[in-house]
Amino acid sequence: MIQAILKRLLGAVPAIIGVVIVTFVLTRALPGDPAAYFAGPAGSTEAIEEIRVKLGLDRSLPEQFVSYVGDLVRGDWGNSLTTGQPVLAEIADRLPASLELTLVGLLLAVVVAIPLGVLAATRPGSWIDHLCRGITTAGVSLPTFFTGLLLAYVFYFLLGWAPSPLGRLDPYTTAPDFVTGFYLIDSLIAGELDTFVSAAKQLILPAITLALFVLAPLARMTRASMLGVLSADFIRTARASGLRPTTVLFTYAFRNALLPVLTTLGMVFSFLLGSNVLVEKVFAWPGIGSFAIEALVASDYAPVQGFVLAMALLYVLLNLLIDVAYGLVDPRARLEA
Amino acid sequence: MNMPSNTLLEVDRLAVEFRTRGGTVRALENVSLALAEGETVGLVGESGSGKSVLSFAAMGIQDAAARITAGAIRFAGQDLLAKKGAAMKALRGREMAMIFQNPRVALNPIRQVGRQIEDVLARHTDLLPAARRARAIECLAEVRIPDPERRYAAYPFELSGGMCQRVMIAIALACKPRLLIADEPTTGLDVTTQAAIMRLVRELSAERRMATLLITHDLGMAREYCDRIAVMHAGHIVEVGPTEALFAAPRHPYTERLIAATPVGAASLAELAAIDGNLPDLRRNDLPACRFAERCPRRGAECERPLALAPADGASATHLIACHRPLTAAATEARHAAFA
Repeated sequence: MIQAILKRLLGAVPAIIGVVIVTFVLTRALPGDPAAYFAGPAGSTEAIEEIRVKLGLDRSLPEQFVSYVGDLVRGDWGNSLTTGQPVLAEIADRLPASLELTLVGLLLAVVVAIPLGVLAATRPGSWIDHLCRGITTAGVSLPTFFTGLLLAYVFYFLLGWAPSPLGRLDPYTTAPDFVTGFYLIDSLIAGELDTFVSAAKQLILPAITLALFVLAPLARMTRASMLGVLSADFIRTARASGLRPTTVLFTYAFRNALLPVLTTLGMVFSFLLGSNVLVEKVFAWPGIGSFAIEALVASDYAPVQGFVLAMALLYVLLNLLIDVAYGLVDPRARLEA
Repeated sequence: MNMPSNTLLEVDRLAVEFRTRGGTVRALENVSLALAEGETVGLVGESGSGKSVLSFAAMGIQDAAARITAGAIRFAGQDLLAKKGAAMKALRGREMAMIFQNPRVALNPIRQVGRQIEDVLARHTDLLPAARRARAIECLAEVRIPDPERRYAAYPFELSGGMCQRVMIAIALACKPRLLIADEPTTGLDVTTQAAIMRLVRELSAERRMATLLITHDLGMAREYCDRIAVMHAGHIVEVGPTEALFAAPRHPYTERLIAATPVGAASLAELAAIDGNLPDLRRNDLPACRFAERCPRRGAECERPLALAPADGASATHLIACHRPLTAAATEARHAAFA
């Protein structure tokens, strides 16, 4: 098993190299000149040229690439021009914020979507089936920034139940000591219950926004997959053996229906991580998505490259995780060493 | 209907309908069939004649769209149709069990086969986990699976089709049922495996004095393994009788055509007679009393009259047919003599 995982990780190396090359070329090919951006509208031609030399942008592309790769290998992902901070530190600071938000949103979605899909499949045509269809249709047709704004408007502005949608903690609470970067976990480790409550309060609205969005594909996939499995021959065998409906439903049907749901989960997760920029913007969430967009607008190469690279590494790990989970569910998919 | 005293399963004038968008399908009508303890009865007929509908109704696992509109099913004297869901489920797998065609897909693909046997044992017996495991391995050994301890942990995809069918038989027989319904158990297996599986079913049935309902479209197999045979056509049982009598002197024109369409020995394709026409559309509202009439070369005016199973002229009381213009025993015997 360990061997198989290591093998898979090694197999991902060419993909990572490809990502490094493509992001490098792409960021260089983008319109916009960082030197001009930093010199400002009033900057003279000499000033722009000076900045260009300082940033190493006057050298040829291959030269820039070699020095970029050399820095990467040494663990130096470059500095952000806008904030002046090292990119790696920024990512390490912001990635947990995005991850925490995404994971909680995904957890909420799974907790609702899977029972909903299972119930809809076992009672086709019932009210719960119609509810499932209604929620999935609404979920895909409402854009996240809209549901986010709506939730903030209703629960913060109108009802006052939620705190102001500004970041991960209210202004009077300080961040817990860094352990995992997830405030919910770190605050518990530090034993600061107030911080935990504050973090949870800030988190709940953006997490629901994300959950509403990913609910649809998950519930729909669960329903379709369950319907398919429930009409399979082996379910008939199980029923003919007199097995209890709960055994048939969970031990026999649900575990078999889980495989496509796992695949969807993996896809939704990777999709969310990179693309919840809008939610992060609405809730002023200091995540990695808004960080990357700001850098892109400023033609700030290093953070963009760092972001894409971090995402690529994350995708590799995520796919591996999904494959391992697949193997746990389905013996036919066990990773071979 | 006259019944032997040790009747185990009795299907009495059963009617089953399917409500579909295209209309009501009258899948079974006035179907009566009895199985005595220890007896093996074959249920034959072409695809769509209602063989599986009958067996699913007996097991109480019919499709949600199916409605039993008339008749009764009795098992060891108990009225199965009156039984509530839970009571019926307690009976299924313990007293009456079923095996299916295409064994590789009829087993849970992601559960060890031994565990699947244990699931049935856990449902119907009080055995503790350790004893359950031992009994599951014993069940695998009973169906002649070599190295049962190792096979216990195998998944269906790691076993051959024949092995999977043995596992399914082990699941069905784990609680020593009194009735086994085998729904085309050898479909999807190669010929040598077919024979091995059928011999196994016969041996185990004989050992346990288990009644067996063998559903097949293979007349040759029915002839070899069954004491009696019931012939179905378009939701009716058209003829039922002892195997030898039925083959020696089929009285219903459909049975006669069915036998003529079955290869025996070194018959060439040219010698096989196809049956003209198709099964009638069972959604029709104007189905004739005899659903074979439209395909029947012997059809006459009296075929419009209502029809019921009755002893054939000049045959034993156990040989019943549903036909107004049956073949005479002498005519069919002469023809079969010519074949042989």
